[in-house]
Amino acid sequence: MSALFADIGLMIVLTGALVGTASSLVGLFLVLRGNAMLSDAVSHSIVLGIVLVWLATGQTAGPVQIVGAGLAGLVTVLLSDALARSRLVRDDAAIGLVFPALFALGVLLISIHARDLHLDVDAVLLGEIGFVWLDIVPVGGAEVPRAVLTLAAMTVVNGAFVALFWKELKLATFDPGLAAALGFAPGVLSMALLGLTSATAVAAFDAVGAILFVAFVIVPPATALLLTDRVGRALVLAVAVSVAASAAGYALALRWDVSIGGMMAVMTGVFFAAAFLLGPRHGLLAQRLRRRAQRDDVACRTLVMHLHSHHATAAAEEENTARALHDHLAWPRDKVRRTIHQALDRGMIRREDGLLAPTEKGRAVAMTAIADAARDDGPPG
Amino acid sequence: MTPLQALAALVADPTVQVVVAGAALLGALSGTLGSFALLRRQSLLGDALAHAALPGICLGFLVAGARDLGAIMAGAFLTGGVAALLVLLIGRRSRLKTDAALGIVLSVFFAAGVVLLTLVQRQGGAAQAGLSSFLFGQAAAMLRADLWAMLAVAAAVLTVLAAFWKEAKLVTFDAGFARSLGLPVLAIESALTVMVATAIVVGLQMVGVVLMTALLVAPAAAARQWAGRLETMVPLAAAFGAVSGVAGALVSATGRGLATGPLVVLAATAILVVSLLAAPRRGLAVTALRRLRARNRLRGQRVLQTLHALSAAHDDPSYPAERGMIDAYHGLPSDRVLARLEQRGLIRAVAHPPETTPHWELTEAGHAAATGGQGR
Repeated sequence: MSALFADIGLMIVLTGALVGTASSLVGLFLVLRGNAMLSDAVSHSIVLGIVLVWLATGQTAGPVQIVGAGLAGLVTVLLSDALARSRLVRDDAAIGLVFPALFALGVLLISIHARDLHLDVDAVLLGEIGFVWLDIVPVGGAEVPRAVLTLAAMTVVNGAFVALFWKELKLATFDPGLAAALGFAPGVLSMALLGLTSATAVAAFDAVGAILFVAFVIVPPATALLLTDRVGRALVLAVAVSVAASAAGYALALRWDVSIGGMMAVMTGVFFAAAFLLGPRHGLLAQRLRRRAQRDDVACRTLVMHLHSHHATAAAEEENTARALHDHLAWPRDKVRRTIHQALDRGMIRREDGLLAPTEKGRAVAMTAIADAARDDGPPG
Repeated sequence: MTPLQALAALVADPTVQVVVAGAALLGALSGTLGSFALLRRQSLLGDALAHAALPGICLGFLVAGARDLGAIMAGAFLTGGVAALLVLLIGRRSRLKTDAALGIVLSVFFAAGVVLLTLVQRQGGAAQAGLSSFLFGQAAAMLRADLWAMLAVAAAVLTVLAAFWKEAKLVTFDAGFARSLGLPVLAIESALTVMVATAIVVGLQMVGVVLMTALLVAPAAAARQWAGRLETMVPLAAAFGAVSGVAGALVSATGRGLATGPLVVLAATAILVVSLLAAPRRGLAVTALRRLRARNRLRGQRVLQTLHALSAAHDDPSYPAERGMIDAYHGLPSDRVLARLEQRGLIRAVAHPPETTPHWELTEAGHAAATGGQGR
């Protein structure tokens, strides 16, 4: 057991995976609500919270920090909200005005107190996940990194929140009006969600810093939502993505000797890109294939309708040829060739005395299409 | 040395002169273009573009092998542009909303920048010297040559903007109408976004990638409070931006190792807060005062009408109404309202023995005001 916790690499990956898991639990709902950028605002302004709590209590970590600095995140959200509601600026600008100001104040305070506060300005942005094993606490005989403990606790809290309010969260996310009408206080729920986001940001701060945290909150849930329509499944997928990104990011960072936290966040982006391009139903490739298949369907149907209407008529000699498709339907030659091959493959047409003729199947398709068209074009009723 | 003398000494320093000129230039440029970003609801796109510039900065560094501003700017511009396109692509071609697209692009590009940063730092030596200043900005790192480059870029951008002012204005406020007139809306919108990206790239070494967005948005939002027209808003935003830039750069240049970015942002935020509170017509303090006055006027009018109705019901123009009764009618303590009305000479206190409580009756002017108010 203690050997397990002494394995530096494993501890670093575990830290990353816990950051990802705790963040995905809240991030999924933020992404679904269209509030993803609030996580950016919250994670920046906790920097000010951390400095202020340190000035007040002298603590740089622990539960006091998580609650205190977490409140700073909540204040940012409330301030942005109030500013947007005053209608003096629009809501996106309100977010973009409040958090940079608080963050700037935080960074300034850090550089002023740099000598006493063990936080430098770069660490604020990037975190130092590579050094989590330096700060360890004994737990039941094993020496566990403090970050792992804090993040594990945060994961449990977030998990409990999501599990307890699963149905309320879903309702408030997809139909806030109904949730309010049923008395579920969606406003309170959303504040709780943002409060937890901000507490998670504080817990994850030492490991990944203010900006990389945003990658862990938004990217795994967004990736999962490209792959599934079910919230539950998306949650599982998001956690899986963040664990995989942590492990792969760590391995690659070691191999190339680059920033571990940065590489983990980049890997979440790689998984997102994969889902965006190759996702089975919503991916760009799938969209493209589907559109192509639909185009082929329409072309084949048009072809059999054309052949069907001229088949066994005097004009068949002229009309039911590949040449007529080019001349009369104004199809480019490669489309003509492609569609004839497709229709032959599907058994919708056959070659007959040098002409094209619809098969039984092709006639049935043509007749259905004609009937459909007649119904759609016919007089209403 | 008094602070004023210290300031004079600072301004006499040629290095500081370069810095101040650069800061003023940058502030003016970002205020101008930020106005368009703000009005087109692209405040957060600026944030994403600025963060996405980091990998470009590092690439410029790696390719040029030194702190070459041209290479860095080109790199930042390139990755910023790719980021803007990706935000658009993800927003259009997936089920995710724009905010998620912004967050994804911002954080992943920044992470890539962090990874590249470690590569640059491994090269060591002179190469990395100026690089970490790109995170939060370091005005003192600016060279005279940088100033000329900035000046050229700013002049080019502002010339283009001036030439297409009318088109830019129309697309910003009513893109649909612009399209119906046959203007190339997509091209103009893209050009505006490219110009915002340019301002960001120019500002990187001064303000840094993390806080650059605030220099775009805050002066513009502040100017919006004072101005109702684009023609006044843009110059005002440019002035606010220039003032913030100079203030931040001067404090940073005093050499206490404070990064310029946070200082500039705090200066811009201070201007913004003052504007939000004090701007005529829109300012929070002004509207609060106006609301208070309106409420007082309304309360006074209602009390007058109550007194008038009472005297009409009793057929007695000087009917003395008891204060407790007036309170009860309005459900509020009315002593301050009554005091104000008395001050305006609309009511007067009368004794109504044997009762000892205060009573009030309408004056001539009070009757006139009550009936005059009823018609409104």
